[in-house]
Amino acid sequence: MIKAFQSRLRQLKKDRRAVWVGYALIGVALAVLPFAVDGGFGRTWVRIVDFALIYAMLALGLNIVVGFAGLLDLGYIAFYAVGAYTWALLASPQFGLHLPFWAILPIGAGVAAFFGVLLGAPTLRLRGDYLAIVTLGFGEIIRIFLNNLDHPINITNGPIGINKIDPISIAGVDLTRTHEFLGLEFAGTHLYYYVLLGLVMLSMFICVRLEDSRVGRAWIAIREDEVAAQSMGINTRNVKLLAFAMGATFGGVAGGLFASFQGFVSPESFILLESIMVLCMVVLGGMGHVAGVVVGALLLAVLPEILRSTASPIQEQLFGKVLVDPESLRMLLFGLALILVMLIRPTGLWPSPIRKREFASEAT
Amino acid sequence: MDILLQQILNGLVLGSVYALVALGYTMVYGILGLINFAHGEVVMIGAMIALAVMTLLTGTMVGVPPVVIVSLAIAAAIAVCMALAYAIERVAYRPLRNAPRLAPLITAIGMSILLQNVAMVIWGRQYKTFPQLFSTQPHTIAGATITDLQIVIIVVSAALMVGLLALVNFTRLGRAMRATSENKTIAGLMGVNVDKIISATFVIGAALGAVAGVLVAANYSIAHYSMGFMLGLKAFTAAVLGGIGNLGGAVLGGLLLGLIESIGAGYIGDVTGGFLGSHYQDVFAFLVLILVLVFRPTGIMGERVAERA
Amino acid sequence: MKLKSLQVFFRNAFVAVLGISLLSLLAACGESEETTSEDGEVLRVVRIGHVGPLTGPIAHLGKDNENGVKLALEEANAAGLVIGGKKTRFEMVSEDDEGNPQKGTVVAQKIVDADVAGVIGHLNSGTTIPASKIYFDAGIAQISPSATNVDYTKQGYKTAFRVMANDAQQGAVLGDFAVKKLNAKRIAVIDDRSAYGKGLADQFEIAAKAAGGEVITREFTDMTKTDFTAILTRIKGMSPELVFCGCLDSQTGPMMKQFRNLGLMAIFLSGDGSQTKQFLTLAGDSAEGAYASSPGVPLDKMPGGPAFTEKYKDTFKQEIQLYAPYAYDAANTLIAAIQQADSTDPEVYLPILANIQHEGVSGNVRFDEKGDIKGGSISLYKVADGEWEYIETVGGGS
Repeated sequence: MIKAFQSRLRQLKKDRRAVWVGYALIGVALAVLPFAVDGGFGRTWVRIVDFALIYAMLALGLNIVVGFAGLLDLGYIAFYAVGAYTWALLASPQFGLHLPFWAILPIGAGVAAFFGVLLGAPTLRLRGDYLAIVTLGFGEIIRIFLNNLDHPINITNGPIGINKIDPISIAGVDLTRTHEFLGLEFAGTHLYYYVLLGLVMLSMFICVRLEDSRVGRAWIAIREDEVAAQSMGINTRNVKLLAFAMGATFGGVAGGLFASFQGFVSPESFILLESIMVLCMVVLGGMGHVAGVVVGALLLAVLPEILRSTASPIQEQLFGKVLVDPESLRMLLFGLALILVMLIRPTGLWPSPIRKREFASEAT
Repeated sequence: MDILLQQILNGLVLGSVYALVALGYTMVYGILGLINFAHGEVVMIGAMIALAVMTLLTGTMVGVPPVVIVSLAIAAAIAVCMALAYAIERVAYRPLRNAPRLAPLITAIGMSILLQNVAMVIWGRQYKTFPQLFSTQPHTIAGATITDLQIVIIVVSAALMVGLLALVNFTRLGRAMRATSENKTIAGLMGVNVDKIISATFVIGAALGAVAGVLVAANYSIAHYSMGFMLGLKAFTAAVLGGIGNLGGAVLGGLLLGLIESIGAGYIGDVTGGFLGSHYQDVFAFLVLILVLVFRPTGIMGERVAERA
Repeated sequence: MKLKSLQVFFRNAFVAVLGISLLSLLAACGESEETTSEDGEVLRVVRIGHVGPLTGPIAHLGKDNENGVKLALEEANAAGLVIGGKKTRFEMVSEDDEGNPQKGTVVAQKIVDADVAGVIGHLNSGTTIPASKIYFDAGIAQISPSATNVDYTKQGYKTAFRVMANDAQQGAVLGDFAVKKLNAKRIAVIDDRSAYGKGLADQFEIAAKAAGGEVITREFTDMTKTDFTAILTRIKGMSPELVFCGCLDSQTGPMMKQFRNLGLMAIFLSGDGSQTKQFLTLAGDSAEGAYASSPGVPLDKMPGGPAFTEKYKDTFKQEIQLYAPYAYDAANTLIAAIQQADSTDPEVYLPILANIQHEGVSGNVRFDEKGDIKGGSISLYKVADGEWEYIETVGGGS
């Protein structure tokens, strides 16, 4: 039965028209998703989906560093923070600057890439767990600076954070407000959904293309065996730096969007645990597989919210009070996911076909 | 001058605890090449168990001298931590011994998060008051003050470290541990039960960690489910600073890091003219870590090369 | 025969589906708009939102606020208010923000989705500030019972109000108290690098300087630390007369101990985050002689305090934790504005809320042009014999 279905699917995949129809169906589904979610579950869930898309972008960026190049980065959230703060400083009353988004987005990406190289350059010689620890330290240092750069000169407002950050506005259309368009009502969360969705799809496209490029193959070569890669004539230094810079760029853009979407940033949002959460998304989804990573991110961003609205009432019914609050339930889930995935399915839930083959051949 | 002396004393107390915890990291790293992220959580569980036992016993056994209760509590903490470390190694690390390097590191992070949150579910999110074990009446030496408890911390840490060094250098078990850390395969061929030795390493490290946990909680009279994480990171930094895999290095690194933090936080403001202040205390620890790893990955006393990763 | 039975089946199914959807539609309408009371009277339902941390480390405070709101709504329902010509029943929609800013915005959206007339919340400044934008965008009134950060009402949102004195007011009272009442001239300031600690310490520093005190050093720690010996030793070297700490009890408790162990004999002063039972247990004997402030007045000094305590205990069979009277006042203030405006439409009642005069349990509720409470009071306490002892109240509503 399944075999028959699979062969039928393979047939369909060969049929060009069927493939286009499939794409069109997915496109329509994605386009109406915010309205369906809004109508079915309320606007909150559109907001949750928006945050999930931001995480998907982060996971895609981390996947370049961890999944493609095999460099374990435990301070990835630092680039997200850099992007968020760049946006916050350039488009808020903090310094009275209100640059348009198309100017800030590249600046944020650039600043994040700069920090990526800054972190990458001294750590090039390190591998494996040493690198993990150095990146962890780097992430904490960035957060501590953001938390303390209000004294003696106030730059970041310190722990209080920066408020009233400008939203994205395209051609005078403020994306956080509700707009009427073709007789349909588009709320701010809906408009952000489309912007984020577009950027996630663009990121996926870039990642897939990168993976198949010279650079992508060089990353994978380094991941598999650095010495061998070097002797094949790959400039490991530049290629690794590029991985850090590319990963950081994604983080920076995601951070900027987060800042503009939430309208408020504070150092609390960039703690070590967030880095680990993004890592968890990459590991769960399948290191090195673009689609898998996105699925991992969406899953881990949305699932805890579903737990939140179901687990507490169920516990209250069963025990009369909430024994495990949603936040710890979420963290328990993450911890367990990291351990179990590594033990049972180290390639992740949806591994890339190549890696799957590699692991299979390793086992035999 | 008495202020500087006081800062050095503060640093030594802080550093002895770092050193005690750092030993756990460095032993495991020496043998497996694995950063056991969950070690900080083992330290926390040690403190929590001791606290729970003490609360239970003072409630039920009236009239028993406090020394007995404290000893029982510490014994219970050590026993639980040893069992826990054994279980962690068995469940989360052993199946991955031949997996790619990143795999056990990721399970270690997962284990750390898991233990923290399990502890939180069991003991709650509230900060817990740890009972006073010794009189807090401070002694004054040359203008600096030190409490009985702080003296105990330094003495106990020193004694345990000397004991561990003796164990590793002069016993059969120690010899087997050194052999395993040199080369697991050859050690196995020479009749060493490698699995057993690795378990023993985890268990000994956990016992030291449990004592460290009790000492920390007693010193600050506070216990909390998240107390182990930062402590663990600092201790790991200390281990790296001294040269990871080297027991003497861990001790030296711990003491040095304690001194760096305490003197750094005490004088950075004066040195930089008020530009940097005590809020950058943690930055020192991480900066030291990065600088050591980048410029001298072998640490102060280490002989291993990071490149072997 | 076969065909016919199929036809019947489809017809029945169609009727059933239609019936169910109509019923559910009716039910939905009844839920959101109208309901019938026990004596068959048609009631209009008005939803009031409440947001606070209902899980996590300060869940007990969140629940306490929720109870305050619940009590206010129950009383309003018992009184049977008539708004817009219809008898009205208030319903609470309560959400959990976990004390986390990002979660705060998500549940704020949820509250807006639920079509509430107004919101009481949130509890922490950290979640209140980002959420306030969402309420402002939706045009819904937000009254926070306990967010004290100055920035909350500084944003210029005409929907944001609070019924508790803010950090500027508390810092000003503390600074004045330190210099004028405790006669301290050389002052060291510590903060824990949280939004709360920094806000309070900054305001304290300004006020202490204005009163003629000298701030000799500013030191910092953070929420993950329990060792403060390095900064305390540094402070000791400067021989201050008073040390102020903008920190929570989980820091000030151990800090107090180390403070005394190091032989620091200065006066210790801190804010409402330390004016707790937890501080006393964590610091033990060392707590003796420490000072702290808290916004508002102690329960038994409130105009309606004793009566409210009684009512709260009767209803919920437990003690008031902390901010319940403020949550109760916030909810009643909102209801009063709705009642006076005779409308649940925020556009109609917001101008009235801005100029309201409400006799609350904690005092007289009136707002200034920013939405802060006018003449919010601050009380001061000192530890004596292991208990917090009330000293005085500065400022005051009526």
